[in-house]
Amino acid sequence: MNSEARIVITGAGLTSPNGDNLAEFRQNLLSGRSGVGKIDTHYMGEVIAGLCDFDPLKYQKKKALRRGTRAGSIAIYCANEAIIDSNLDFFSFDKSRIGIYLGITEHGNVETENEIYNIKQYDYNVDFWSHHHNPRTVANSPAGEVTLNLGITGPHYTLGAACAAGNIGLIHGLQMLRLKEVDLALAGGVSETPHTFGVFAAFKNEGALASHTEPEKASRPFDKNRNGIVVSEGGCICTLERLHDALERDAKIYGEIAGYAINSDASDFILPNPLRQMECMNSALKSAGISAGDIDIINTHATATVEGDKAECKAIKEVFGDDSNVYINNTKSFIGHTMGAAGALELMGNLPSFEDHIVHQTINIDDLDPECVFKNLIINEPRKIDRVDNILNNSFGMLGINSVVIVKKYRE
Amino acid sequence: MTGEEIRSMILEVIQEILPDEDVSNLKPDIRIRDQVEMDSMDFLDIIMELRKRYGIIVPEDDYMKLFTLDSSVAYLEPLMKEI
Repeated sequence: MNSEARIVITGAGLTSPNGDNLAEFRQNLLSGRSGVGKIDTHYMGEVIAGLCDFDPLKYQKKKALRRGTRAGSIAIYCANEAIIDSNLDFFSFDKSRIGIYLGITEHGNVETENEIYNIKQYDYNVDFWSHHHNPRTVANSPAGEVTLNLGITGPHYTLGAACAAGNIGLIHGLQMLRLKEVDLALAGGVSETPHTFGVFAAFKNEGALASHTEPEKASRPFDKNRNGIVVSEGGCICTLERLHDALERDAKIYGEIAGYAINSDASDFILPNPLRQMECMNSALKSAGISAGDIDIINTHATATVEGDKAECKAIKEVFGDDSNVYINNTKSFIGHTMGAAGALELMGNLPSFEDHIVHQTINIDDLDPECVFKNLIINEPRKIDRVDNILNNSFGMLGINSVVIVKKYRE
Repeated sequence: MTGEEIRSMILEVIQEILPDEDVSNLKPDIRIRDQVEMDSMDFLDIIMELRKRYGIIVPEDDYMKLFTLDSSVAYLEPLMKEI
């Protein structure tokens, strides 16, 4: 493949419940520090969730913060951090050649709920419904806020893809670069979901909301006593560039997106389909031109639902074999499920492994589910390994959407 | 409310809507939007605050009467004298 078609990650801005930049996030993953706590939410009281504590005023004025949404604020923080991290000469970069592609699980729930909550005190008189509601809830809103903040005039939109969205933001950015639609992609995903009570209530009523006396232990993928999802917010935006452009400006390269795949289960609204997950991983491997044996680390999607974790384990075993040596971990055990951000955020937390050869662990496994046993599932302590060349990142979502991204260590 | 109380209330509302601006030195007889960075959505925030705080409904035809501090006070004084 020529260097015009090879797409590399040259910068990252992120915020997660346990870190507001890559160094802090990575350090907290390796030291086993959870970012999950408790929050108060409308109608439900105290719930377990993961919130970020970045300073929104670092890149936004107070008025913009008041006008926009939490997802927009997260996106603005991540986009600015990514650009700084990339060391691009952003000032002189042609802003019409920058595209913003952000994965979202949902958007608008928070803002709509808040308005309904507000007009309740006025006996549901819609004269008190905010005129800001429409710009806050259009589906492109988080990406659009980034354009307003940074003066970017290229294309911007979000990609609604449930919890597969973070990966899909990256995949779409790669595709737009290959099509020469843009010269720089700000790609990834964002989530403001903990600020909507509805998602908590729905997960609770379907028996999929995590509960635990200690919040930091609530997110426990692969543990026999897992009982559901911890809803979290977060964001991760990467600067993606053609390898040719990155080399020309001597950019730092975190990794090269070697392969990807997106497919659909076409089988159920919420239940996962291990056959389609397996097909998606196989397609991504084919796209990367490598075999399962070439993958060193799998960052699993597992959200700590009983059925979801089992389905993914089954799919991985189908692709990699029961006796595979691949190292397997899970990031949600630390930060909960950051929804639209999860794919990009969890992938980014693993990319430093190319350099330090350490695989971060999965925490909160006290009693491993026999259906989730792998030879090299990294449990509770990080592990140093000999080499890391390829990382596979799973992200799956409701309505049966699967996404897989494979990133390889950059070599000329 | 007296005229001065209304003036003070309007300034408080504008400060809340424009938290990055210093509105304490707004000239009373010049259009507010010519003195601070205020767009039409911000202006509608003032209308909404009057509705929420005091139940005052400003018809769209009267919006221009709220363009300066002085005109706002003059317009609102009779509407708010019992408040």
